[in-house]
Amino acid sequence: MKRLTVIPVLGLLAAGAAIAQPLVVDLSDHRVAITTGFSGAEVLAFGAIDEPGEVVLVVHGPLRPVTMHRKARIAGIWINTASMTFDQAPSFYAVASSRPLDEIASPSVLARNQIGIENLRLELPRAKASPNVAKAWRDALIRTHQNIDLYGSEVARIGFLGSRLFSTRVRFPANVPTGTYRATTYLFVDGRVESAQTTPLIISKAGLEADIFDFAHQQGALYGAIAILVALMAGWLAHIAFRKA
Amino acid sequence: MQIYLPIAEISMNVFLLLGLGGAVGFLSGLFGVGGGFLMTPLLIFFGVPPAVAVGTEANQIVASSVSGVLAHWRRGNVDFKMGGVLLLGGLLGSTFGVWLFAVLRQVGQIDLVIKLSYVTFLGMIGSLMFIESLRALRRRRGTAPSRGKLHKHTWIHGLPFKMRFRRSKLYISALLPVGVGFVVGVLAAIMGVGGGFIMVPAMIYLLGMPTAVVVGTSLYQIIFVTANVTFLQAYANQTVDVVLAVLLLTGAVIGAQMGVRSGAKLRGEQLRIILAVMVLMVCGKLLYDLTITPSDLYSLGLSE
Repeated sequence: MKRLTVIPVLGLLAAGAAIAQPLVVDLSDHRVAITTGFSGAEVLAFGAIDEPGEVVLVVHGPLRPVTMHRKARIAGIWINTASMTFDQAPSFYAVASSRPLDEIASPSVLARNQIGIENLRLELPRAKASPNVAKAWRDALIRTHQNIDLYGSEVARIGFLGSRLFSTRVRFPANVPTGTYRATTYLFVDGRVESAQTTPLIISKAGLEADIFDFAHQQGALYGAIAILVALMAGWLAHIAFRKA
Repeated sequence: MQIYLPIAEISMNVFLLLGLGGAVGFLSGLFGVGGGFLMTPLLIFFGVPPAVAVGTEANQIVASSVSGVLAHWRRGNVDFKMGGVLLLGGLLGSTFGVWLFAVLRQVGQIDLVIKLSYVTFLGMIGSLMFIESLRALRRRRGTAPSRGKLHKHTWIHGLPFKMRFRRSKLYISALLPVGVGFVVGVLAAIMGVGGGFIMVPAMIYLLGMPTAVVVGTSLYQIIFVTANVTFLQAYANQTVDVVLAVLLLTGAVIGAQMGVRSGAKLRGEQLRIILAVMVLMVCGKLLYDLTITPSDLYSLGLSE
């Protein structure tokens, strides 16, 4: 897939000049396959802008409910004593920009577009948590995701080639959740969103891994029986090897 | 060389897994223990989700118990009747255990329960084994010990449903082995172990079985209990990773062979003291981790 990268960039350059679209973006891959040797992946996001401005890329993983636990010390041992469930939290979140975010747009503009980790919409029902408490849980959710590299700890850089062409790399760790991701690119001119474009990206298991996973989830009983059979066979083979030795 | 584990959903180094299987296999061959009580915490330590570690380890124990029991069967060291009665309790216990596991996982307490179970049982077994082998060593040097009564009569012998176990030369209530089987079955499901390290002392001290048939009979019923756990975990929780199990198994088979050979050169009491120290070390580490202030009071729960 990587070899395709060069040609679209050149094409974009021509197209950008001809049709005068303010922002054109694409990804080097629209599908990331998790196969046997998977140890993370890097996707190149590249594009062109038609007028001088700043570019911000936000990658969102699929939304899902997330439960958080909090520990307290009981009889000398740390035990989960409280838990809280966020109905919707992105499973992955990363931001890249051509300049520090606070120099690109005002906090309210960034908040409206959920740009920057502090602007992620992670809400708890009012009834469950007062604003102070909710913030502690929210910070914890972000922190724990950053620890396992699913949320970016800092804003990555978008580099420019000349004044029109830009590119950046988005890194997905080995533990990346599967699903449909959204990569949204914003063009900011004078602190306003001039143009935005969203590109989908699918991360899925492929090959033997996908087959085993699907089989385990769809035919749990049969999978369990086969797992036992494999173990019985292996044990018997080991016994034969033992006896000869 | 990294390999992506389809059920654990993480990628791990192949040689690390083979080495881990080999090291634990070596210890299990050396000491004649299943090794599950070492492997499961190690897998969790390397980032395998606890639920997957437990389910997968059960699958691996099926294999190691089969190869073990075949050797004991050839020597006639399996009491099938006793094994069957233990198994009845074991199947009930492990089924209950898998259900309990799912419930605890839902409320976010499974990690704590797994660790506390390990601390409790490793602490108990480790201390007993340590004291016992120290005493045996001292006895070897000193005078012969005075001989106690051959059979002590306690309330245990008053229980109903008495059964005769010819191979074990016992006439005891069937409730006893069923109960032992049940408790070990629950532990097998929750801790991802075969339970031999609890079953064997229970058979010797509680049931009074002759030592010769203890290991074979224990292994015999462990096959079925862990097979039951494997099946239920795969069916209900989808937490059995066959790829991970096969890799661990390959290492364990080779490691166990070398362990058995090294074990033949060492004396029994010395082996047991080393094993006791190791068990107590794992126990101490787990207990220590439970009591130190965690770096983050918050943690990520189940995301489904």
